[in-house]
Amino acid sequence: MPMDETVRNSILNAVPSLRAFAISLCGNVDRADDLVQETMLRAIANIDSFQPGTNMSAWLFTILRNHFRSEYRKRRREVEDSDGHYADRLKSQPEQHGHVEFNEFREALKQLPADQREALILVGASGFSYEEAAEICECAVGTIKSRVNRARTRLADMLNVNSAEDYGPDEQTRAVLAGGE
Amino acid sequence: MNERDKPGQIKPMDSAATSNKKTDTKPAKLGREVQARLGQQLRAMYDDVVNQGVPDRFSDLINRIDGNGNKDRQ
Repeated sequence: MPMDETVRNSILNAVPSLRAFAISLCGNVDRADDLVQETMLRAIANIDSFQPGTNMSAWLFTILRNHFRSEYRKRRREVEDSDGHYADRLKSQPEQHGHVEFNEFREALKQLPADQREALILVGASGFSYEEAAEICECAVGTIKSRVNRARTRLADMLNVNSAEDYGPDEQTRAVLAGGE
Repeated sequence: MNERDKPGQIKPMDSAATSNKKTDTKPAKLGREVQARLGQQLRAMYDDVVNQGVPDRFSDLINRIDGNGNKDRQ
């Protein structure tokens, strides 16, 4: 089944950020990659329902999110991901050494309600506008805004960064800003 | 040099009247600095994955689907 070159490229180009989104949703690299793969397959199978001219990336994120939600509901009855699963997984991946400094932040992120977490990531990391994020999450723009605000406040609480002084340019922040190492 | 604003002369508000009841229901607004740093931390974590690029698994998948007739294209 030959694919349209543009579609093919748009999908491939979206893979890195789809993975980042998926990992922050489910906290597990293997599951995240399965989610991304399923997202690609669904997108290709349903490419006719994509409206040319609209944001392909947002469309793919929507598919991934919906798939994650239905998977999650199914899975919750099976195995609950144990705490620290992601960290364990990182340890077993030699190519991901040097990323331990994200663990505290990642743990805090995991404590957020799913709605708040996804809103924060879409707006704060994936670079979507509030409007796009609202479309992806199928809710009102105001809802996204308040979720993002609540997510930030809770993160700040959990990480004890309620003032700039508490979160000065210490070694952890520097390491994070330097991208590890 | 004028000394119009003598400190302590005028009390514009009774501070007790503006009690912080409202801050209980609505979380205090985070400082810009804190927001910026949280944002940096979040993006650093996210970009860490983004920078891994496209794992072979996914380009292989696309090639398999797309493939058959278009093996030369890459």
